Amino acid sequence: MIDFVNQYLIPALVLGCIYSLGAIGISMIFAILRFAHFAHGDLMAMGAYLGLFLVGIIDLLPLDGLSVNAKVLIALPFSFVATAAAAILIDRLFYKPFRKSKTIILVIASFGIALMLRSLIQLFFGADVLNYSTGIRFPLEMFKPLRVQERYVYIVVVTLALMFALHFMLTRTRTGKAMRAMSDDADLARVSGINTEKVVMWTWIIGGGLAAVAGTFLAMDTRLVPTMGWDLLLPTFAAAILGGLGRPYGAIAGGMIIGAMEELSTFPWIGDGPLISPDYKTAVAFAVMVLMLVFRPQGLFGGRVL
Amino acid sequence: MMLEATGLIGGYGGADILKGVDLAVDQGEIVVIVGPNGAGKSTAMKAIFGLVQVRAGAVRFRGEDITNAAPDTLVPRGMAYVPQERNVFPTLTVHENLEMGAYIRRDDFRAVIDQVYELFPPLKEKRRQAAGELSGGQRQMVAFGRALMTEPALLLLDEPTAGLSPLFMEEIFDRVIAVNKTGVGILMVEQNARQALGVAHRGYVLSTGENRFADTGPALLANREVAESFLGG
Ligand SMILES: Nc1ncnc2c1ncn2[C@@H]1O[C@H](COP(=O)(O)OP(=O)(O)OP(=O)(O)O)[C@@H](O)[C@H]1O
Ligand SMILES: [Mg+2]
Repeated sequence: MIDFVNQYLIPALVLGCIYSLGAIGISMIFAILRFAHFAHGDLMAMGAYLGLFLVGIIDLLPLDGLSVNAKVLIALPFSFVATAAAAILIDRLFYKPFRKSKTIILVIASFGIALMLRSLIQLFFGADVLNYSTGIRFPLEMFKPLRVQERYVYIVVVTLALMFALHFMLTRTRTGKAMRAMSDDADLARVSGINTEKVVMWTWIIGGGLAAVAGTFLAMDTRLVPTMGWDLLLPTFAAAILGGLGRPYGAIAGGMIIGAMEELSTFPWIGDGPLISPDYKTAVAFAVMVLMLVFRPQGLFGGRVL
Repeated sequence: MMLEATGLIGGYGGADILKGVDLAVDQGEIVVIVGPNGAGKSTAMKAIFGLVQVRAGAVRFRGEDITNAAPDTLVPRGMAYVPQERNVFPTLTVHENLEMGAYIRRDDFRAVIDQVYELFPPLKEKRRQAAGELSGGQRQMVAFGRALMTEPALLLLDEPTAGLSPLFMEEIFDRVIAVNKTGVGILMVEQNARQALGVAHRGYVLSTGENRFADTGPALLANREVAESFLGG
């Protein structure tokens, strides 16, 4: 039982946090800008690699005794801001000119951006598998008999804090309410005098920033490869669709469910071997996405239809 | 005239829907547009509010040329518009809908929200409820109230009583009159043509994208031709 919790349930929660953070942006961008943002995975990868770069800089500083996780956490706000800024810049240069064009043009533009970001990452960091901790990891045990790695605690706590901040923004601030209004009905928002370009900018700040955190956390939990963005795209889209596009809380729930399903699908439910080989666990996300699109395209929480 | 639209020609990119429409609203007037389905009433209103491309003709508001001005630039100038359909933010609460109406205001607008609640008491009870969950009549109240939040000089209402029971219709017309009494000019499209012309100072009959009749409310109601062709006898 405790093994199940340690080896499956806790990793499921952690993966759920990562997917949720990515899915929030996909969901909100779809609702506000009306297109599936295929560069979102690579935005997450960009955040992760920016984190690596920043950790490298922190290593140059005369600071002793900082754990790798602590360095990553220090880097996190900076890569949040940098990725958000990059997202705004990409929007201004490549998406804004097509705001009034057909959706498919924006989708293809975002594909182009995805490839561009991936190439840039490879150019600067190479194609090899990298690691924040370059090898040594302390299997720190907390809360015995639960085996909770230190990084798990950071991931879950930071994710929860960000979700509370998002909730506060969406329900208490003028800009946050305007974001919800615009994802309800962009035309009515414009007619009401809402500054829709400002709302769009905040959407990229939140979407880009949370993507950076998602990417960094995945890298913290596993590793960095230039194709990690591509690997993240499917489960995060599945999560956004599962929760209902345009429903940030739905995206959180969707991320948690997809994360849990992927992890738990490798549990030996029947017989001795894993139910699904870990190599194929992304197939779970794919299956959920296809089933949702066919049978309940509005998602669990009644969002927009793709 | 506070609002003056002359010779409007335009549409949605294909063939022109409006083929030379004239409309005007003076300070403190209630002006009603009636006409059959598909006449271009909504299109004319959208053309005034910058939502439909005007190819020829001009719109002037308080002496300024606003032809093809973006809608979000018209709100700060004192215009407000309630579309015929999809005129509330369904997942926002009633209160949040009103707040979004006041988006452009950076001052304290709580007194205005209270006035809207006074005008539409049912909204006050439902203030914490999502607008999408309300009845049709209450939703129209939210849409109306949202537009009042900027304290506009001119209010454009596209079929504010569409789909409402006669009781609710009376109530909405009463509110239109009440708002107009505070000095707000009103341009209103209405399917309930007789009742609407009854409260109007002036009215226009539109058909196939053109002006057919323009006169005072009572005169249009008394006009036999108008009655036969457009008011159902
Ligand atoms: N978004 C649109 N795109 C293309 N054509 C449109 C659009 N909206 C309306 N039309 C067309 O423009 C014409 C006028 O429509 P409009 O909505 O202005 O009529 P209306 O007088 O408001 O009718 P109703 O009483 O049904 O509201 C119709 O032929 C309609 O099909
Ligand atoms: Mg209409």
